[in-house]
Amino acid sequence: MAITTTTGDAAPRNATAPTPDHALGMPAHHKLIFVALVAFVAVGPFFIYPVFLMNVLCFALFASAFNLLLGFGGLLSFGHAAFFGMASYVSAHAAKVWGLTPELAILAGTAAACVLGVVFGALAIRRAGIYFAMVTLAFAQMVYFFSLQAPFTGGEDGIQAVPQGALFGVIHLSDPMALYALVAIIFLGGMALIYRIIHSPFGQVLKAIRDNEPRAVSLGYRVYQYKLTVFVLSATLTGLAGATKAIVFQLASLTDVRWEMSGEVVLMTILGGIGTIFGPMIGAAIVIGMQNYLAEFGAWVTVIQGVVFVICVLLFRKGIVGVIGSWARKPL
Amino acid sequence: MRLKRILTMAAAAGLLAGAAHAQTAVKIGVLNDRSGVYADLSGEGSVVAARMAAEDFGAEAKGITVEVVSADHQNKPDIGSNIARQWYDTENVDVIVDVPTSSVALAVNEITREKNKVFLNSGAASSDLTGKACSPNTIHWTYDTYALAQGTGGAMVAQGGDSWFFITADYAFGHALERDTTALVQAAGGQILGSVRHPFPGSDFSSFLLQAQASGAKVIGMANAGGDTINTVKQAAEFGITQGGQSLAALLLFITDVRSLGLATAQGLIMTEAFYWDINDQTREFSRRFAEKHGGAQPTMVQAGVYSSVLHYLKAVEATGGKDPAAVMAKMKEMPTDDPAFGQGTVREDGRKMHDMYLFRVKSPDQSKGEWDLYEQLAVIPAEQAFRPLADSECPLVKKG
Amino acid sequence: MFELLGIPPQALFGQLLLGLINGAFYAILSLGLAVIFGLLNIINFTHGAQYMMGAFVTWMLLHYFGIGYWWALLLAPLAVGVTGVLIQRFLLRPLHHLDHLYGLLLTFGLALIITGLFRNYFGVSGLPYQAPALLSGGNNLGFMYLPNSRAWVIVASLVVCFGTWFMIERTRLGAYLRAATENPTLVQAFGINVPLLITLTYGFGVALAAFAGVLAAPIYSVNPNMGSDLIIVVFAVVVIGGMGSILGAILTGFGLGVIEGLTKVFYPEASATIIFIIMALVLLVKPAGLFGRTA
Repeated sequence: MAITTTTGDAAPRNATAPTPDHALGMPAHHKLIFVALVAFVAVGPFFIYPVFLMNVLCFALFASAFNLLLGFGGLLSFGHAAFFGMASYVSAHAAKVWGLTPELAILAGTAAACVLGVVFGALAIRRAGIYFAMVTLAFAQMVYFFSLQAPFTGGEDGIQAVPQGALFGVIHLSDPMALYALVAIIFLGGMALIYRIIHSPFGQVLKAIRDNEPRAVSLGYRVYQYKLTVFVLSATLTGLAGATKAIVFQLASLTDVRWEMSGEVVLMTILGGIGTIFGPMIGAAIVIGMQNYLAEFGAWVTVIQGVVFVICVLLFRKGIVGVIGSWARKPL
Repeated sequence: MRLKRILTMAAAAGLLAGAAHAQTAVKIGVLNDRSGVYADLSGEGSVVAARMAAEDFGAEAKGITVEVVSADHQNKPDIGSNIARQWYDTENVDVIVDVPTSSVALAVNEITREKNKVFLNSGAASSDLTGKACSPNTIHWTYDTYALAQGTGGAMVAQGGDSWFFITADYAFGHALERDTTALVQAAGGQILGSVRHPFPGSDFSSFLLQAQASGAKVIGMANAGGDTINTVKQAAEFGITQGGQSLAALLLFITDVRSLGLATAQGLIMTEAFYWDINDQTREFSRRFAEKHGGAQPTMVQAGVYSSVLHYLKAVEATGGKDPAAVMAKMKEMPTDDPAFGQGTVREDGRKMHDMYLFRVKSPDQSKGEWDLYEQLAVIPAEQAFRPLADSECPLVKKG
Repeated sequence: MFELLGIPPQALFGQLLLGLINGAFYAILSLGLAVIFGLLNIINFTHGAQYMMGAFVTWMLLHYFGIGYWWALLLAPLAVGVTGVLIQRFLLRPLHHLDHLYGLLLTFGLALIITGLFRNYFGVSGLPYQAPALLSGGNNLGFMYLPNSRAWVIVASLVVCFGTWFMIERTRLGAYLRAATENPTLVQAFGINVPLLITLTYGFGVALAAFAGVLAAPIYSVNPNMGSDLIIVVFAVVVIGGMGSILGAILTGFGLGVIEGLTKVFYPEASATIIFIIMALVLLVKPAGLFGRTA
C-alpha cells in the first residue's frame, strides 16, 4: 500500500468544489505565492545571513523533490540521502579534480544522481509500500559504506576545498551575491519544474496511481513506468540540490549520505505538509533554522526532531501548509 | 548560530585599570566536540584551558580584552566549517583553537585560509595540516600521526617488538596511521607480517583479532581510533590475545580512553602522548591548577595544547601590538614558546609546533596509586626526532634547497 | 593482506563460529521485527533503540541495583517490553486505521527520541559491563579460543528463536494471534480480546529486541548508538528473508551472519556491505524474499 494523502488527512482532496488544475494556467493563489517567493528570495540576503539562506534553499529544493515522490507518487523512500550525497560528491570531485566550471560540475552531480535513481528505482519499485521504504534505506546504507571507503570521496574527510570557480567561466562565485543569485535561480527553477510536473497530464496519472492503483492499472496505465519515472525525477532534482550544496559550502562529506539525512528530509516534508506544493520548503526552513539556532544544544537536536516527528505523525499529519490549505480551502 | 558566551573580560575592568594604550579586543573561538566521543578529551576542558591561559597571561593588565566563545562541531566537517565561517563572517572571531577530528580540522584550515584569520589546532591528528594542506594561517600544536607512529612504532621495535600485524580501520585515517607506522617500523628494522582492514566504524573485532593471533606477530598494531580501539582492546582481552604473549600497540589513544577502558583491561598498552600531568613539577603544578577549575579532572594533552597555543598567541598579539594575522603568525614562529605544560619549544615555518613526545605504558591496577595515576613513562622522544623533518615535508611554505 | 587462498581449515571454523554468533543477533532481532510486522503489519523502526535499551537496562540493573546478569535476562526484556506495550497502546493504536507507513514514521521518530535521550544522558563512549562469573573465561576448542559469553549467545538465541517459533506456529495462543491478523473482527466476535492481543504481541517483539540487548551487553560496549546502525542491517536481513515467515527470519538471520563472517575472512572491506549486496541480488531474482509469502 502506498502512503496516501487521501485518508482525509491532507489538503489536496479537501477542497470543497474540486478545483481543477486549469489548462488556462496557474490558479491565482498559486501565482501570488510564487511572486511572494521570488520577492522573498530576492530580498532575503539583505536581512538574513546569505550562507544560511543558501543552505535553506538547497534543502527546500531537496524536500520538494522528495515530496514529488512521497506526496504525489505515494512512495516513501528512506534512502534519498544516497542521491543527495552522491551528487554532492560527484559535483565536488568534478569541480576540484576535473576542474569543471561550477555549472558543469552541478550538472555532473545531477546526472550522477539520475543514474543512481534509475538503478535503485528499477530494483526498489519491485516492492511496494513498506518494503519499498526498507529497500531504499538499505541501498542508501550501501552508498554510505561505499562513500566511506572509496578513495574519491575522501572518506571521513570528505572532499574539501572545493573551488567555487567562475560560472560559465566569467562570473566569479567567490562573490557571495553572485553565488546566492545562482542558488536562488536553481531553487526557483527547480520549484517551477516541480510545479509543472505536478500540474501536467503525467502528474494527473501519478495522482491517480497514488489514490487507487488497481483502478489505474485497469484503466491501462503502465504503473511501473510511471512510478519509475517519478522516482528518477525525484532523485535527479534531489541530486541538483546536493550538487549545488557542494559548491556553496565547498565541501562534500559523509553527513550527506547518512541515513539520518534521509530521515531529516522526511521530517521536513511531513512538517511542511505531504502532498502540498509549498509545504516542504517551509518544513525545510524550519528544520534548518532549528538546527542553526539550537546548535548550542547540539545533542538535543536529535531528540527535538524526534519529538516533532512524533507530534506531526500523531496530531498534525497535514503539516503546516496542509493545515493552512484546509483553512483556506485551497490546495497549496 | 548562537554561541555560548563563556567569558567576557569586561572592557570596563580594563578601562578602570587605566590602560595607557588602546584596548585590543581579542575573540577566541574554542571549536570542539562537546557531546560526542571527544567531549572528555577536549570539550569544556579546552574552554577552561583557554580562559586559564588568558588569566595567566595577565591580559587585563596589558590592555587586551579576551573573549572566549565556544561551539560543538559534533565531529562533522560540514557543521564545523559552517560554524567557523559564521564566526569569521558575523561574529568577529579572530582565532579558532582546538578542533579535534582531522576532517573538521582540515575544513576549518581551509576556511581560515580563505578568510585570513588564525587557526591554532590542538586536537587533530592529521599530519597533512603541516604537509599538503599547510597554511600560513595555521599552526598545528600538540601532536600528529607522524609523531605517534614515531613514538609507538619506532619505540616498540626498540623494545623487541619487531614483527607486526595491523588491524586497520578501513578509512583514510586508518590507512594513514598504518602507512606511517609501517614505514617507521621497517626503518627501525622490524617486519610487517600482515594486516587486515575492518569496516569503519566496527563493533565486532573478534574475527580480525583471530587473524592477528594466527599470524604470530609480536605486536598487534591497532590502526584505528576512539571507539574502535576501545572495542578492539576489550575484545582482545576477552579472547585472551595478550595472554598468548602478543602485545597490543595503540596508535591513537588518549588518557580519556584509558580511563574508560579501566586499568584492568588496558594495562600494558603502549602509546605515545605529548603531555601527561605527572611528567615534571611544572606539569604537576599546571595540572593541579587546571583540575581545580575543571572538577578535579587532569588536563588531557589536547587541553594542555589549547592552553599553550592561546598563551603564545596572546604573547604575539602583545608583541606586535595588534591582531593582524600575518604579523601575529610571523611573531609566533619567531618567538620561542615557553609554558608550564610543554616547557620550551618552537614553531616551525610549516606551522608545526615542536616539543618532546613521550612513550607511555599503561600501569597495571596494582602499580597505580591514584585515580589519575595511569601511565608509566618509558621514553622521551626529542622534538627533532618526533616530528616529520622539514626535508621530507610536502608543505609549499617550506623553502627547499 | 593476509594470504587468503589455502586458509587453514581451523581458522575457517573459527570464523564460521564467530559468524554464527553474529547471526544469532541478526536472528533474534529479525525475529522480533518479523513477529511485529507479520502479525501486526507495523514496521518497528524503534527496534534498534529497544535493543539498545535492553543492554542499558542490564547495565543499570547491575550498577544501580546490583542485580546481576541472570536476573537481567528476565527483567530487562520485561521492563523494555512494558515500554513497548505503552508505546503500542497510546501511540501506535491511534494510527492503526491509517496507512502503515505512518507507523513506520512514528517509530522512526521514537527511535530518534530514545537514542538522543540516552546519548545525552550517558554520553557516546561505551559503558563497560562485566560478564558474570559463569560466562567469563572460555574454552580452547582447538581451532580457536571461544569465550563463554559468546558460546552462551548461540545457545540462548537458538532456544529463544525455536521457542518463539513453536509458540506461534504450534500453540493455541499462536493460532489466535495468526487468526487475529487475518481477520480481527471475526476473531473478536469469538470473544478474544484482539486489541489486547495485539498490544501484548508488540510488547513481546520489543522484549525480543531487549533480550538481544542483554546478550550483547557483556560482549559489545554498551553505548547509545549500538542499535541505530544494526537496525538497518536487520532490515536488509528481513527483506532478504521475506516478512511472511517466522522460520524464514530465523534461518536468514543465522545464514547471513555466517556469510558475513566468511566475508570478513576473504574480503574484509566488503563485510559491511555484503548483506546489502545480497539483498539487491535477491530482489532481482525473488522480490518476495527467500521465504516470503506476501509479495
